[in-house]
Amino acid sequence: MLKISKKAEMPKKQEAVIRTIAILLSILCAGLVIMILGFNPVTVFGQIILGALGTEMRIQQTVIKAVPLLITSLGILVAFKMKFWNIGGEGQIMMGAFGASLVALNVPATWPAPLTLFVMAACAMLCGGFWAFIPAFFKGRFGTNETIFTLMMNYIAIKWVTYLQYGPWKDPGSQGFPKIATFEDNAILPKLFGVHIGWIIALILVVLVYIFINHTKKGFEITVVGESVETARYAGMNINSIIIISMLISGGLCGLTGMIQASAIERTLTSSLSGGYGFTAIITTWLGRLSPPIILFVCLAFAILLQGGAYLQISMAVPSSVAYMIQGIILFFVLGSEFFLQYKIVRTHNTEKKEVA
Amino acid sequence: MQSNIAIQMENISKTFGVVKANEDVNLTVYNSEVHALLGENGAGKSTLMNMLSGIYTPDSGSIFIQGQEVHFSSPKDSIALGIGMIHQHFKLVDVLTAKENIILGQKSGVFTKGKDLTKRVREISDRYGLDINPDKKVYDMSVGEKQTLEIIKVLYRGAKILIMDEPTAVLTPQEIKRLFQIIRNMREQGCAVVIITHKLNEVKAISDRITVLRKGRSIETVETEKVGIPNLIEMMVGKKVDLAIEKKLIDDKKPLLDLDNVLVIDNEKKHALEDVSFTLYGGEILGVAGVAGSGQKELCETIAGLTHAEKGRIYFEGDNIIGKTPRDIIRLGIRMGFIPEDRLGMGLVGSMDIVHNIILKDYQNQPGIFLKRAGCTEKANKIVKKLDIQTPSIYSPVKKLSGGNIQKVLLGREIDSDPKVLITAYPVRGLDIGASYKIYDLLNEQKEKGVGVLFIGEDLDVLIDLCDRILVLCNGRVTGIVDPSKVTKEEIGLLMTGGSMEQEDA
Amino acid sequence: MTSFLVAAVIAGTPLLFATLGELITEKAGNLNLGVEGMMLMGAVMGFGVGLWTGSPYLALLGAIAAGALGAAVYAILTVTLRANQVVTGLTLTIFGSGFASFVGKSFMGVPAPATVKSLFEIIEIPLLAKIPVIGPMFFQQDIFIYFGYFVTIMATIYLKKTKKGLNLRAVGENAGAADASGINVSLYKYVHIITGGALCGLGGAYMSLVTIPVWQEDVVAGRGWIAVALVIFASWKPSKALIGAFLFGGLNILGYRLQSMGIHVSQYLVDMVPYAATILIVIISTRKNKKEDMGPADLSIPYFREER
Repeated sequence: MLKISKKAEMPKKQEAVIRTIAILLSILCAGLVIMILGFNPVTVFGQIILGALGTEMRIQQTVIKAVPLLITSLGILVAFKMKFWNIGGEGQIMMGAFGASLVALNVPATWPAPLTLFVMAACAMLCGGFWAFIPAFFKGRFGTNETIFTLMMNYIAIKWVTYLQYGPWKDPGSQGFPKIATFEDNAILPKLFGVHIGWIIALILVVLVYIFINHTKKGFEITVVGESVETARYAGMNINSIIIISMLISGGLCGLTGMIQASAIERTLTSSLSGGYGFTAIITTWLGRLSPPIILFVCLAFAILLQGGAYLQISMAVPSSVAYMIQGIILFFVLGSEFFLQYKIVRTHNTEKKEVA
Repeated sequence: MQSNIAIQMENISKTFGVVKANEDVNLTVYNSEVHALLGENGAGKSTLMNMLSGIYTPDSGSIFIQGQEVHFSSPKDSIALGIGMIHQHFKLVDVLTAKENIILGQKSGVFTKGKDLTKRVREISDRYGLDINPDKKVYDMSVGEKQTLEIIKVLYRGAKILIMDEPTAVLTPQEIKRLFQIIRNMREQGCAVVIITHKLNEVKAISDRITVLRKGRSIETVETEKVGIPNLIEMMVGKKVDLAIEKKLIDDKKPLLDLDNVLVIDNEKKHALEDVSFTLYGGEILGVAGVAGSGQKELCETIAGLTHAEKGRIYFEGDNIIGKTPRDIIRLGIRMGFIPEDRLGMGLVGSMDIVHNIILKDYQNQPGIFLKRAGCTEKANKIVKKLDIQTPSIYSPVKKLSGGNIQKVLLGREIDSDPKVLITAYPVRGLDIGASYKIYDLLNEQKEKGVGVLFIGEDLDVLIDLCDRILVLCNGRVTGIVDPSKVTKEEIGLLMTGGSMEQEDA
Repeated sequence: MTSFLVAAVIAGTPLLFATLGELITEKAGNLNLGVEGMMLMGAVMGFGVGLWTGSPYLALLGAIAAGALGAAVYAILTVTLRANQVVTGLTLTIFGSGFASFVGKSFMGVPAPATVKSLFEIIEIPLLAKIPVIGPMFFQQDIFIYFGYFVTIMATIYLKKTKKGLNLRAVGENAGAADASGINVSLYKYVHIITGGALCGLGGAYMSLVTIPVWQEDVVAGRGWIAVALVIFASWKPSKALIGAFLFGGLNILGYRLQSMGIHVSQYLVDMVPYAATILIVIISTRKNKKEDMGPADLSIPYFREER
């Protein structure tokens, strides 16, 4: 009969091997699914890579998809480090976009761009931070379950923006089509190398978040609270304030994503702005083992998948929902592989013993 | 007589990762016998018995129950053969009643009907002298009641072989007496009872034969009557050990901490601490005895500023410290270290290394927003050297260290800060004799330096040997402060359950 | 007003099934955030099979299978492979959404076949249906809704009065104690997680086959998430889940009602109400301190016997 027992320490190399095998297996499985759906998996994968990296413009598109994913992931990372399950990325992005739009639509077009953009970013981060603050407050005070709370906040945020879009902020000049006015030029992020400078902001944030978590006192406190709340308490830490500060940062970063998307991509506020990034970021953060540099890689990989998937829709008429299914399959495999890192299967047969995995 | 052998374990081995919990262990237990499995913490006693209860499977070796070879793949198999295990940490479901816990996992019938169950439980209660309220919820029960429930649970399933893991660890002296009577009843009824313990005087009091385990191996099996305590210690530890704890008397003690009428109300509106008043002097070890949950945790936390006191005052060197933040209290020189059941949950972060665990108490004193590790690296090295902590490096995660070393890190961190008052709760929980004595030496060192030590412990013998005075808590009240050289264990036991010194145990 | 209440029950029924499904799963100690995904999979498979075969029974079977399959994947990952339950559940939702979107493309805008819909005709319960207000609300509905009552009653009896239900509660509260009592923890978890998934699938199918006119993108529209919150609202009790589900069903359709009554408030603001109400419920539920109301103590903690 088979028994499961805990493994002793595993060398880092072996860990990496098992993880790679998991990813390879998942790609195989995804390929199988693609075949069942009636497409040639090799062609599909090839088209995905081509679609993401084939031309300069496509690379730019990939980067454009990676940036919001990365920044949101960094935001989620700060929350997850504290074991605060912030599922509210979508909502925080939306509220950030709302905050940015509030500024963009109400300041005169004569304001210099740097000033406008700065105020937009600040407002976005405040709004996103506030949106995350509410569930954090209740968690700290009453121990309320943050998973449901943040989730519900998503829907409220999206409905709020939809309300604005169809109601008070509807652009009269759009001839009946429900749309909010386009931003003036001073509210649009400039470009560098053909992509809006969001990518520079993202890279800077990777470094900043890394330093914050690993080299500041607050980062240390956040990690301790995540590991053991009681120990943090006994060390004299103010748990409540730590939860709130980390959530303000988490929501703030997501809010910044909202501002970038509103300013550089949509050039307005729209209810489809958050585009699922809030949820995907949870996956990328977790896959990235809550480490900023690894998250950078993972987000790039996902962006390739997303961009490739979008291209696939045009080139092979494969619906983009396939990309989501592939994402799901890969993730299932990685989740399952964690098991083999921590446990081993042992066959016991009376006095005989044989290690299997 | 072969047919009278209840349990036969031959050449049993079990490994967890790199740890060899049991190596080539042999054990024979007869029916109608009380057999003690003696050994230090970490000797492998629980592991061995968990293989009888079906929770673990041996890597190699054979097990025979009543003469038949058996292979358990789950607790169900073991229960079916009449083996009942009462674990150290009770396996009861808090939100269910006693009755419901008893019938858990039972096959017969679809619905949970009351009458047959109540009758059988009554039968068992009468036969063995056990007493429970079947409709009481477990979370409302005292530790003694929970243990009784566990015993009934096991007997209800027809157990003829009972295994009890450290049954007396959480009982008062009176409850221990009662338990021993129950065990004797079981022996009379033909059961085989195995008691896992590390307490020598209890082993002498109740068992017929003793098997000693040391570092995962079975050393020797002896008849209780024919062996003396020093022999047993030698078998347990491997060498002769002087079990005397030094107790120096310090003159000229200064009052350091003065508690006056402290009242603490917990989340459930109960009085966790009520009317608590006492003085802690520098140069003494003041022990705190009490049944688990009598307010020890609240006492530690209130002094450390982690819990709010409704009424009362705590004077430290003249100033009232109630209302101060934990950080201020740490700065004043009051250090508290609490070892919870899982060892790591309150003082240390298991996944972090020694350096970072020291930073835990240190970083607030650093200026600026950045974390500086250098100073603590030095401290870590110093502490490891001074306390002889066994660790691959100061950068290994603390949870990988053995229990004794983990507790040394905790204590070492507090002592290193040169405290004026040292509060330590259960510092030797789960430690073997050698490690425990090192900790006592450390505490004595502090006492000689003039530090006021508040020692919360569960082993009355240790408290009596080590402490200058013993304070007894019962239901949050101080029922007595005694001189250990002038009272008996039974008298302390009475205080622990709320009786007074003058009362005689009926 | 009565018609509003009748509609509330209809709107609340998918919520009821999903909530009961997740309730059973959580009683076993597993938090499955894939409810939305399982409902979507059930919705699309139910619709697809119904369209393809014209048989309502096969359609519902398809929904059950889809929900159960999704739950099975979740179960394998979290029970046997001990993966993180929160992330696994979320992944199931992502996968489920993609799956539903993909399969549903081929029948976008198509209504459910009449033969399938015929199963869901109104059946009047004699006598009871005549009671004013309550009558039409509860006893003048289709057979699926009556099945919902049945499942609720069964679940209540199961949890409170049967031995297996007691064992289940032990598994969710203290898996170690359950194991030591000889209960097969893994088996209980698998059975209940998969049953829970099947119920979620059914809830989704009711939406795609009955409540919406034609197949559309995102049929479930977040109700799976509300169901997760409703489990907390219901204090893990099936009877309370029924009340909660119908209450929120009503909140979901409140917007249309207000419009038709001439109260002009933006649809979208009204849309927010169920979600805001859910938050309120979560806050209030947490403030109550009774141990039983806190949910199974071992929720979302994987069980490993040889844990050291």
